[in-house]
Amino acid sequence: MNIINILDEIEKVDGEIYERLNPRRKAMKDFYNIGKKISLAALPLALGSMFQKAYGQTNPTNVTEVLNLALALEYLEWNYYNRALGLSSGAAYIPVGPARDAITTIRNHERQHVDFLKKALNITGADGYVQADFDFTAGGTFADVDTNYQTFLKVALAFEDTGVRAYKGQAPLLKQQSVLTAALQIHGVEARHASHLRKMVKENVTGATALKPWITYTANGNDTGVTAADAVYAGEQNTKIANIEIQNVNGSGITQAQAAESFDETITGAQAKTIANLFIKAGKKLS
Amino acid sequence: MKNLNEPSQVLPANEGGILESRLQRRSFLQYAGAGAAALALTAVGCRKDRGFTNDIYGVTLDFKDDFGVLNYAYALEQLEAAFYTQVSNNLAIFTDSTERAYFQDIRAHEVAHREFFKSVLGTGSIGSLTPDFSSIDFNSRTAVLAAAKTFEDLGVAAYNGAGVRIQNAAYLTVAGQIVSVEARHAAAIRDMISNGSFSNLSELQSSGLGADSANGLDGALPPDKVLAMASKYIKTKINVINL
Repeated sequence: MNIINILDEIEKVDGEIYERLNPRRKAMKDFYNIGKKISLAALPLALGSMFQKAYGQTNPTNVTEVLNLALALEYLEWNYYNRALGLSSGAAYIPVGPARDAITTIRNHERQHVDFLKKALNITGADGYVQADFDFTAGGTFADVDTNYQTFLKVALAFEDTGVRAYKGQAPLLKQQSVLTAALQIHGVEARHASHLRKMVKENVTGATALKPWITYTANGNDTGVTAADAVYAGEQNTKIANIEIQNVNGSGITQAQAAESFDETITGAQAKTIANLFIKAGKKLS
Repeated sequence: MKNLNEPSQVLPANEGGILESRLQRRSFLQYAGAGAAALALTAVGCRKDRGFTNDIYGVTLDFKDDFGVLNYAYALEQLEAAFYTQVSNNLAIFTDSTERAYFQDIRAHEVAHREFFKSVLGTGSIGSLTPDFSSIDFNSRTAVLAAAKTFEDLGVAAYNGAGVRIQNAAYLTVAGQIVSVEARHAAAIRDMISNGSFSNLSELQSSGLGADSANGLDGALPPDKVLAMASKYIKTKINVINL
């Protein structure tokens, strides 16, 4: 029985087997250690538990909670874009051309994220949230979200920047878990969406011509001019990272604005839920 | 197994000896079974001090702990900061004032990232790398945008792929705080090249950056693959151990 050959054979069909077994690629070292401790007869059993760990579908509780929160945020985003694209619009809403194309691209990514997270959570049934579960006016705060393209863009940007902050806020709970990589990959896509939506807001929303693809310094962190979105940006004004002041770090001349832009900030799961719940109807709110 | 830098396979004669041999043998045993990691082992790997830059031996990233990951990020941020600093010296290639402003912003962000890692690492830092931008025409907006796209997309894939190696939760958070800014850069630069290409995942997949366009996932690559792709822009040899 040549165990190394077995692993090599598996690698031919699953190039990530070693990553699955142990993300730090010291799987073989660990394996040799296991080998020292157990008898040869017990090896198949040990192998079985290795593969169970690598391919098993059971997540630790905290990972499941993280993925469920992520899924809820993706439901929110997907339903928002999908609904808006389905509204009879005319030129005044999401214009045909680059704007509609971009929103369609983003909508499709959010659907992929929903499907990916459902799969990761072993959810095979219908979506846990549908359009009727949401109130995208947030109780009237964004009353014309269905008819005003500018309002549509403002809310979309708030969702994307919330998503970026929420994913990175959850990252420590996924520390050294193989699912962390996928979560970071989704996080990266959300940040790309946010960057492009900032461009769309800059070009289309009254008074937003100074908006940048990155979040710049303002006293309360919110650089969008949408005061209803203050909670989304609370803390983005921070310039101190891991106890290091970035402003003029090492005499570099980095300004306060540049320092704030250079590092996005996190929000906690509770903060993310509070923001999402503004758009979720009673009975379906996140707890 | 492959080497990141072919010439590094030839060990310097004056560095031979028992210590080095022992390291190589140990490393061979450690990696022969895994058969995956790309390595460039040299005698430098034996040195106890992490921060050591030398034109002949290069620098060594030891991925046995967070210092290795942070130094890896420091190396990439040095590369990006050097690139955008050179771009900033020749901003006339951009006729659009927004593009000029964005490139100045991005330069500042990358300098901030570089200096952050330098401060965090202190005496454990790898020191300064020498970039090699001879393949980039800094007088061409098209060429500069293409190179910027490469650096940003690669940077995103690098952080995404390295995250799982980080043991300290605080550093993992900082990596997240940086990578989303890199992704914002990547999207902005892509939109300058072609509006709407901000998140072209099929291209990020086909160009070997590890994206998964069927599942809406951005790029993610392990350090050896990232360094192999970045090596044409770095003169200093980068050795990788314990990956």
